Amino acid sequence: MSLDTVENAAQTPDVELPWAELGLKKDEYERVVEILGRRPTGAELAMYSVMWSEHCSYKSSKIHLRQFGEKAPQSDAMLVGIGENAGVVDVGQGYAVTFKVESHNHPSYVEPYQGAATGVGGIVRDIIAMGARPVAVVDPLRMGAADHPDTKRVLPGVVAGIGGYGNCLGLPNIGGEVVFDACYQGNPLVNAGAIGVMRHEDIHLAKASGPGNKVIMYGARTGGDGIGGASILASETFDDAKPSKRPAVQVGDPFQEKLLIECTLEAFAEKLVVGIQDLGAAGISCATSELASNGSGGMRVELDDVPLRDTTLSPEEILMSESQERMCAVVEPEKVDRFLEICEKWDVIATVIGEVTDGDRLEIFWHGEKIVDVDPRTVAHEGPTYERPYARPEWQDALQADDANKLPRPSSKDELKAQVVALVSSPNQASKKWVTSQYDHFVQGNTVLAQPEDSGMIRIDEETGLGVAIATDGNGRFAKLDPYHGAQLALAEAYRNVATTGAKPLAISDCLNFGSPEDPDVMWQFVEAVRGLADGCQILGTPVTGGNVSLYNQTGEAAIHPTPVVAVLGVIDDVARRTPAAFREEGQLLYLLGETHEEFGGSAWSQVVHDHLGGLPPKVDLERERLLGDILISASRDGMIDAAHDLSDGGLIQAVVESALLGGKGARLVVPDGLDAFTFLFSESAGRAVVAVPRSEELRFTDMCGARGLPVTRIGVVDGDAVDLQGEFALSLDELREAHEGTIPALLA
Amino acid sequence: MARVVVDVMLKPEILDPQGQAVQRALPRLGFEGISDVRQGKRFELEVDGPVDDAVLARIHELADTFLANTVIENFTVKVEEPAVGAEK
Repeated sequence: MSLDTVENAAQTPDVELPWAELGLKKDEYERVVEILGRRPTGAELAMYSVMWSEHCSYKSSKIHLRQFGEKAPQSDAMLVGIGENAGVVDVGQGYAVTFKVESHNHPSYVEPYQGAATGVGGIVRDIIAMGARPVAVVDPLRMGAADHPDTKRVLPGVVAGIGGYGNCLGLPNIGGEVVFDACYQGNPLVNAGAIGVMRHEDIHLAKASGPGNKVIMYGARTGGDGIGGASILASETFDDAKPSKRPAVQVGDPFQEKLLIECTLEAFAEKLVVGIQDLGAAGISCATSELASNGSGGMRVELDDVPLRDTTLSPEEILMSESQERMCAVVEPEKVDRFLEICEKWDVIATVIGEVTDGDRLEIFWHGEKIVDVDPRTVAHEGPTYERPYARPEWQDALQADDANKLPRPSSKDELKAQVVALVSSPNQASKKWVTSQYDHFVQGNTVLAQPEDSGMIRIDEETGLGVAIATDGNGRFAKLDPYHGAQLALAEAYRNVATTGAKPLAISDCLNFGSPEDPDVMWQFVEAVRGLADGCQILGTPVTGGNVSLYNQTGEAAIHPTPVVAVLGVIDDVARRTPAAFREEGQLLYLLGETHEEFGGSAWSQVVHDHLGGLPPKVDLERERLLGDILISASRDGMIDAAHDLSDGGLIQAVVESALLGGKGARLVVPDGLDAFTFLFSESAGRAVVAVPRSEELRFTDMCGARGLPVTRIGVVDGDAVDLQGEFALSLDELREAHEGTIPALLA
Repeated sequence: MARVVVDVMLKPEILDPQGQAVQRALPRLGFEGISDVRQGKRFELEVDGPVDDAVLARIHELADTFLANTVIENFTVKVEEPAVGAEK
């Protein structure tokens, strides 16, 4: 069949298009016809179908995500909010920081190395599209059961992909997590975050204003990457002779991306750019329709001018291709030559593919024929929105009634000791050095803290020592038990992690990973989690700057645990004042901040010892989190503490073992009055941290806590080469190290 | 004894950054007229005994599961005579 032009479409209203195969619902297709007043062309259908997909349009989540804006706390730090490529936060001294977390889950399951690598590439391009220089990446991962054979395929590939791409780009990887749980079998979560730094005056927004301005595509050539859907259009309906292609995996080229970073930042520095957009999901469809609709309106694009890697691609495929390392810029005509010169200097292919027009239509031409003529807003912003039905799952009550506090507890000192070893050596609590040692932490020379510290920290000004910290957290087990509070616990933990290192939390980004929104149970989890996060951010004073929603993470009926991953960004005036997690000096006093209750629902102990998930997650008190954070930040600033570690999964014993192993110094602990040894060690009550206080600072520190009403309990002293719980057991650091560090290498060997 | 060669190539629609790097270097080095380069891997397997269908099936299996990543790569298997100059 010949080219499907706009004219042709108007004359042949009865041609059947494969809208269902492209993922559109019947009423959505009818809406497209209504908008256009005729049937869409193949190219238009390609654009609408991909831009109205869940991934691009947020059609199931949009009405709920509005709360992030409506409930946003007043914050002077927000310079750019939700809706842009990434949010921007003021960190003082004229600097602004942009950061975002996204998911690349499904591609990483299909092809772990390239899926994870292109996840890093995509988030980094979001950062450069804001005009910022990327300075660090983080990667929160969720994998299937640690001992499942498929985990041995997926995890090493994902880690190598993240390392390969990030290391080639010269970006330090400073944080993230690795969590194993059978619920992620077949649906691993590969989230990727990035931070970028710029001066206030360098912020750039994605828009195309000013008729006559040129639209320039630059970066890699366009090939058949990720166009499974469009191939249906190209081969089965429009050209039967053409071999049907399988969805092609996107392959990343980090060296090309590095050139793209330098080239983009140089063009920004010379003020050559009016608007800019990176090409990610939905490729040219997304970039042109978003640039046009965020600007004054019209745009005309000559698709023939797009540089191709594969010259057999049809126009529909070109519009949908997800080839990596491409960007789109809008440039004033008199600056085009200079822009192209810079691209040439960096060996980046750049081509003018169109221009901004004074109408309000996005028109795309192929071989001189018009194949797309749409209002760009209807493609980019006016997609369908759904109020999906949701209802509290029937099983939720039974799950919450299955109280973990009633599980059998260790009955002897030996059993207690054995459970401590089992906990610190379990895959989720064990050292992730095998993973993180494959990432470059220190490239660029500004990394102050990296995993396994509570948060990653980067210095952004060498003179003043100004720095930023980032932590990502999300406990799917807690969220399964109670999505509202589970989401708040993720927020609380990331907030606490940032404050523990001495940085003041400013804003958050989130990556919301859930199952199918068409399942009312899952939709309820999503709605509750979003509400919990929005409410939580209001109390903590940390607005949501942006993020990403990943739905349909499920195989058949089995959805993953609801997994809201929260990244908190903080600022520290002088990184020399940071608080590390390691116990460094013998004789320093160990204090437990916060209150410990019998809270074992969703705990690491209940998973490791009883393979149990039930009951209620720990109680959340965000006012308390805020107070704890303030105390940790003040103590760091005034030099009152030498080490601090937040208490989260695994409870106090996990934190103490980690800090002891990091510093190579043991700890002598006593069970405080009013607590039993078991609860003291394993409870996962929120709002707690353990700190090491030099003796000279003890009074000042405890006075400060007392004056501000934060419960503080002396629990021991840094001492010796064992973790010794007086009257119960002692474990030498050597034993603990073997238990803690041997697990992951053994599983993946 | 025979040699079986397994050639592994990225599928045509998959981006090949290495091949592109080679292609870009060619004009700089004075080699004109090459419009595209794709780089693959060649495995030479020395097989004990005769190469019958069962052996070939086994080699197919090992190529499919180990030598090639069939999500992004294709492979071909062919039998060669012992290499010229090889002993015996």
